[in-house]
Amino acid sequence: MELAIGIILGCCALGAGMAMIAGIGPGIGEGNAVAKACEAIGRQPESRGAVTTTMLMGCAVAETTGLYALVIAILLIFLAPGRLVNILVETMNTLG
Amino acid sequence: MNENRYSAKFKAVDALLLILAAVPILFGIALYILLTPASSGIEIAGARIYFTINMPLQPLPITEAQVNSWLVIVSVLFLCLYLTHGMSPTRPTKRQHIVEWAIEQTQHLVMDNMGEFFKDFAPFVAAVMVLSALSSLLTLVGLYPPTSDLNVVGGWAILVFILITYYKFKCGPLHYLKSYTEPVAFLTPLNVISEFATPVSMAFRHYGNILSGSVISVLVAAALQSLSAMIFGRLPGALGDIPFLQIGIPAVLSVYFDIFSGLLQAFIFAMLTMLYISSGFPEEDYKEKLKRKALAK
Repeated sequence: MELAIGIILGCCALGAGMAMIAGIGPGIGEGNAVAKACEAIGRQPESRGAVTTTMLMGCAVAETTGLYALVIAILLIFLAPGRLVNILVETMNTLG
Repeated sequence: MNENRYSAKFKAVDALLLILAAVPILFGIALYILLTPASSGIEIAGARIYFTINMPLQPLPITEAQVNSWLVIVSVLFLCLYLTHGMSPTRPTKRQHIVEWAIEQTQHLVMDNMGEFFKDFAPFVAAVMVLSALSSLLTLVGLYPPTSDLNVVGGWAILVFILITYYKFKCGPLHYLKSYTEPVAFLTPLNVISEFATPVSMAFRHYGNILSGSVISVLVAAALQSLSAMIFGRLPGALGDIPFLQIGIPAVLSVYFDIFSGLLQAFIFAMLTMLYISSGFPEEDYKEKLKRKALAK
């Protein structure tokens, strides 16, 4: 029983860590966006306001995939272990 | 209009409105202190359930997030009443200048992003922005921010989704259904999925940003506590129990996660609201439809 609970907790933590690999994508994407925005401001300093606003918007949209991963990681850490352990205990009880 | 701005009555109403704007927040803090059981450790938990109402289908829990968001709404109401109190066309007060500047900025933003047809959307966009910003800033007084609860932000996203669909329906249901088959008919499933992904991604973006900020803040605070216990734990007496490293360092994180991220997400939520509503609306076809109707008459 303890072994099974330990495996559940460990796998949940591992899964959360693996889910956050998705953080790489938004990082690269937002880095690209900011780099291009810096170039644009360097070329045309007078368009600073519009470029900054558009960049922030783009960053927010690019961040979405990373946030999906974050939500899954949070679910895996805070919600999944308790629920899975409950299921395990129930099945053990019904099996006797 | 003809009220004397320096009369005692005017000042009393002013003070009363300001106090009424602050009372909901203080009430929230009092409620938090009274209803939250004392705990020694730092913990990460969802919104606490204050009480449950028995409903026919299933009990309805009233959580911290709902209560706090209503408190913010009441507070914003009285703040608006305070800011618009004593407005006059001839002798504007200081706060009237501020309010006029803010309203002009919002109208400018809405006109830029949504175009002429949607220029009446400025109050809605401003309301969404202020509500979201103040909800996120509630962390500064130690309350649970309603925006870090998926249910609250999900409600806003559903509201925006209804608005998007309403404006898509402006040209009739057939036009609405036909818009799914564009540009090619076999892309219809993808279009349906992306239609429903809009509110989901809006809600998750706002909620994920605020929640991740508070989770990281709590983790850093806990780490600093154990680190200072390790370093300063050998000091004699009560000195060893004080977490010295927790002084100041979490505040730097709070500036980014609570203030910058909260305000940025409010702005982004409002921007996305505007962009989705205006881009979903078939403006050209609607104008043609209006023309045809006018001709038929």
